[in-house]
Amino acid sequence: MTIDRNLVEYLEKLGRIRLTEEEKVAAEKDLQDILTYIDTLNELDTDGIEPASHSFPVANVMRDDIVTNKADTENILKNAPDSKDGCFVVPKTVE
Amino acid sequence: MEWEIVMGLEVHTELATKTKIFCGCSTEFGGEPNTHVCEICSGMPGTLPLLNKRVVEFAIRTGVATNCTITQNNKFDRKNYFYPDLPKAYQISQLYLPICRNGYIEVNTKDGEKKKIGIHEIHMEEDAGKLIHDEFEDCTLVDYNRCGVPLLEIVSEPDFRSAEEVIDYLSKLRAILQYTGVSDCKMQEGSLRADVNLSVRPKGQAEFGTRTEMKNLNSFHAIERAIAYEAQRQIELIEDGEKVVQETRRWDDNKGYSYAMRSKEDAQDYKYFPEPDLPPIEISDEQIEEIKSTMPELPEEKRERYLNELGLPEYDTGIITGDIALVKFFESTLEKCDSPKDVANWIMGEVMKLLNDSATLTENNPLKPEALAAVINMVKSNKINRGTGKKVLEKVFTDGVDPEKYVEENNLAQVTDLSALRPIIEQVIAENEKSVSEYKAGKTQAMGYIMGQAMRALKGKAPAQEVQKILKEILG
Repeated sequence: MTIDRNLVEYLEKLGRIRLTEEEKVAAEKDLQDILTYIDTLNELDTDGIEPASHSFPVANVMRDDIVTNKADTENILKNAPDSKDGCFVVPKTVE
Repeated sequence: MEWEIVMGLEVHTELATKTKIFCGCSTEFGGEPNTHVCEICSGMPGTLPLLNKRVVEFAIRTGVATNCTITQNNKFDRKNYFYPDLPKAYQISQLYLPICRNGYIEVNTKDGEKKKIGIHEIHMEEDAGKLIHDEFEDCTLVDYNRCGVPLLEIVSEPDFRSAEEVIDYLSKLRAILQYTGVSDCKMQEGSLRADVNLSVRPKGQAEFGTRTEMKNLNSFHAIERAIAYEAQRQIELIEDGEKVVQETRRWDDNKGYSYAMRSKEDAQDYKYFPEPDLPPIEISDEQIEEIKSTMPELPEEKRERYLNELGLPEYDTGIITGDIALVKFFESTLEKCDSPKDVANWIMGEVMKLLNDSATLTENNPLKPEALAAVINMVKSNKINRGTGKKVLEKVFTDGVDPEKYVEENNLAQVTDLSALRPIIEQVIAENEKSVSEYKAGKTQAMGYIMGQAMRALKGKAPAQEVQKILKEILG
């Protein structure tokens, strides 16, 4: 896979970030380097090996269905840049 | 040209757990904004999700009840998108290994035939928060109470060919979810939501047409209307030589039309990847067997039992088994009054009438099963007649009175000393000479009138068949 300018700009859009011209040039190179590095992994023979998504062999870490949290609106909203009527305020979002 | 509609459904159902899927916040509906929110479900950096055991159990139950294969090696995946209804900027869901696959639900087609609707998969995920548009300022308010409430997404195969099949599938799915205790399925509270994928094609064509997805369908009625509207819209487009655009459309039930929400240009790229914060879930054969052996009676089994063992009519069976609140009411009443046909009759007749007249949902039925049982038992033992029974039940319904006490206090019990009836009936005959002579002259309908007068004089407290017997004896 090749990283070109179009792909960088697509990722920029998906990531909701704005890159300067220099950053775009750097991103193109960095992402290409990362992909090349990943490609070396493809040289390994992985036939018959189960894909793993975790590094530790643990499974079934779960909790019981018991309410442990109380209303703490005031503290939760302290983390919001802006709040109103007990709600987080965000820029106008209309579908 | 004859057109065929092809549909598939994506149903989201909120699970009836006490807590959210990844934290110990309550799932209760309708609290003040952001009162069921903690650092985990509001997506604070450094927090980690911890899976609610019940969610997995509910998912397996649903899979078993819908004939699915249970995936024994499960994991979660991360679905990335930027939208303020999800504070983490991603939703934890299952893409690669959904917990249930390859099931089906049997539905009735328009022509009354049975048909299997395939279930492609069922997966676990978290619900999003609610956005409220602020009318006064140019901003949006966010309430995260719903964020992190556990959901099952139940994805069907594109097997539907008519709105009737869709509605029947949803009714059956809802009954299954309610019977198994997995969800309360209140559409008005959004705990059962259906998105309809719809395309049309000329009848006989093998390939599917281009489909659209319709959202915001909040009632069965809205679904029926939205299907009719969208099928017609697509057919007209094609007949006019235009093309159907693949898009998501939002149904406006007040205005009766749908409009495009997102165009294809900004098709979502969710950049799914395995969720690193949650270890895999392994489900053992024993756990599946355990759940299978503790499954409650499912709607189809209950239906069979009501028809064959209790001897209820098909229509009554359909109505009662289609509504978990009625099922519970019916079965609890049966415990105190062992006469299934009578209980079903009273529910289908009087109880439904009381509910309808007061626009009360079956789940909010104020009648206690014991009270209905008491009324029926009094009627069956001839303590009161049916007409009085109805009046008593109405009083129980509106004022919550105790039926037995009410009958006692208002002296409504039937006259049990039959010798007391005769003088009153003789009096009625004496007062209605005209009708009596008409009857004697062969006008049999006059008997009905005399009977009515007699019952009136007896204040409805005498068994009708006895009154009739005495009348006939006197009049010959």
